[in-house]
Amino acid sequence: MLRGHTLAEKLIASHVPDSAGVRPGDLVEVSVDVVLANDITAPIALREFESLGVSRVFDPAKVVLVADHFAPNKDIKSAEQCKVMREFARAQGILHHYDVGRMGIEHVLLPEQGLVLPGDVVVGADSHTCTYGALGAFATGMGSTDIAVAMATGSIWMRVPETLRIEYTGTLQPWVGGKDLILYTIGQIGVSGALYMAMEFAGPVVESLPMAERFTMSNMAIEAGGKAGLFAVDDATRAYVAGRATRDYRVFASDPDAVYARVLTLDVTSMEPQVAFPHLPENVHPVCKAAGIKIDQAVIGSCTNGRLEDLRIAAQILAGRHVHPDVRCIVIPGTQQVYLDALREGLVETFIEAGAVVSTPTCGPCLGGHMGILAAGERAISTTNRNFRGRMGHPDSEVYLSSPAVAAASAIAGTIVHPDEVMQ
Amino acid sequence: MTLRGSVWKYGDNVDTDAIIPARYLNMSTAEELARHCMEDIDTSFAGAVQPGDMIVAGENFGCGSSREHAPLAIKGAGVSCVIAKSFARIFYRNAINIGLPILACPEAVAGMEKGDVLSVDLEAGTITNMRTGQIYHTTPFPPFIMGIIQAGGLIPYTREKMK
Repeated sequence: MLRGHTLAEKLIASHVPDSAGVRPGDLVEVSVDVVLANDITAPIALREFESLGVSRVFDPAKVVLVADHFAPNKDIKSAEQCKVMREFARAQGILHHYDVGRMGIEHVLLPEQGLVLPGDVVVGADSHTCTYGALGAFATGMGSTDIAVAMATGSIWMRVPETLRIEYTGTLQPWVGGKDLILYTIGQIGVSGALYMAMEFAGPVVESLPMAERFTMSNMAIEAGGKAGLFAVDDATRAYVAGRATRDYRVFASDPDAVYARVLTLDVTSMEPQVAFPHLPENVHPVCKAAGIKIDQAVIGSCTNGRLEDLRIAAQILAGRHVHPDVRCIVIPGTQQVYLDALREGLVETFIEAGAVVSTPTCGPCLGGHMGILAAGERAISTTNRNFRGRMGHPDSEVYLSSPAVAAASAIAGTIVHPDEVMQ
Repeated sequence: MTLRGSVWKYGDNVDTDAIIPARYLNMSTAEELARHCMEDIDTSFAGAVQPGDMIVAGENFGCGSSREHAPLAIKGAGVSCVIAKSFARIFYRNAINIGLPILACPEAVAGMEKGDVLSVDLEAGTITNMRTGQIYHTTPFPPFIMGIIQAGGLIPYTREKMK
């Protein structure tokens, strides 16, 4: 008897015409619902698009272009790149082109705007496209040439991935959440632990996890080499897309007899907040092992942790306290809407009174672009997703990855600390 | 096609920020990017790499970002081939799409040192270390991927298909 299918297999099969079901290892042509590029990957994609000899994108409503990495333009070359994208968007009548004033960090923005829905297949010229797996969509990052072909044809080849299922059991401690779960997981399996695979996050702990934290976990699937980071759709997902969705969506779930490459069970009950030490996201330790490490900068934001819920946690810790005089604390709301909500809730006031700076939405410092670059020998704690050598600036600087709670607490202490230490 | 060049050897998890730091992503041509290739982990590379040279590395080469600037920078530097124990998924696609030959061969990586001269036969899937005389066999690409390579990359492949 044929065995059942995983969520990843079902999502892909639903986008392969006349498919009777796909299996890991199959090479298939997949139709896509959304094709995404940003200001640093679009210029190459558009050059390749042109060389295809095609005059129009396959569907101007399904191509999304976001100026977020080096925008607002950090220098002349970045300005030229945004201009190339803007002119293409206008010429092609792209409906979803997000420029300064409307833009946000793409992976916070697209779900917020209801552009990605459960059951979709999304390809993006950005490795963190896997973020949308939190919605029960199959979303994966590709390079600019792949994206050029997807923009032209509405489809792209994929290898159907094996699935690594991770079941989280137990009870989360205070100040421990999605970021800690994914850091801990990457620490367990390593930066190539899910290479070429779909990760499927499951178990009672994630079933009660808010959407913002699910996005955080899916976002970092790529840091384990994963092709996608998937969650099953439940009431929380439906509530999130209600009021945002402007089209129907489809819900798929893994069969009970689906076969996985590996099933990992992690008990979270004794888990502390986690910190990834330089220079790999797999160098993960409980926060107590990082105690006393002095920091020069704290970054709170990014496609990993730039949502309103993340800012609320940071504000809760910073309220009535002050950023350490030796620390620059940079808060970056993920989108204009997040910024506005944070303003209306008084979070922005809290940040400024605490001595933090609040930036316009941008990927900025996460990839060493602008708005918070580190000098030689400097060290940051950051809620972003990568701590490769030189990631946030000088090759001799260091990045420690953590949750917004740990980053905010550390900004106050001047050294990496457990949030409990500043909340007493 | 036979490639010949000297080895530049690196370790595991060479990430895309190491291959081309993000501060240079405001450029997009292979020539511009090549000038900064590998500079944060090997300042000698960009200035000394010779046409035909090969990068040999450990596990998970090209992990991290989806930036196609990474294989473009390597290709622009004149590197003829990247040999690694394994490749990160997006880098693997990108390299094939832009016509940069890549070979996964853990045994070969273990038997090579910086400066060794290699001869690589892409059709036969063999790597010969001219210093030791050792010949290594790589796993052949699936026919579908070989089709993209033979067409000269994904763009010419797609152009042909769309006719």
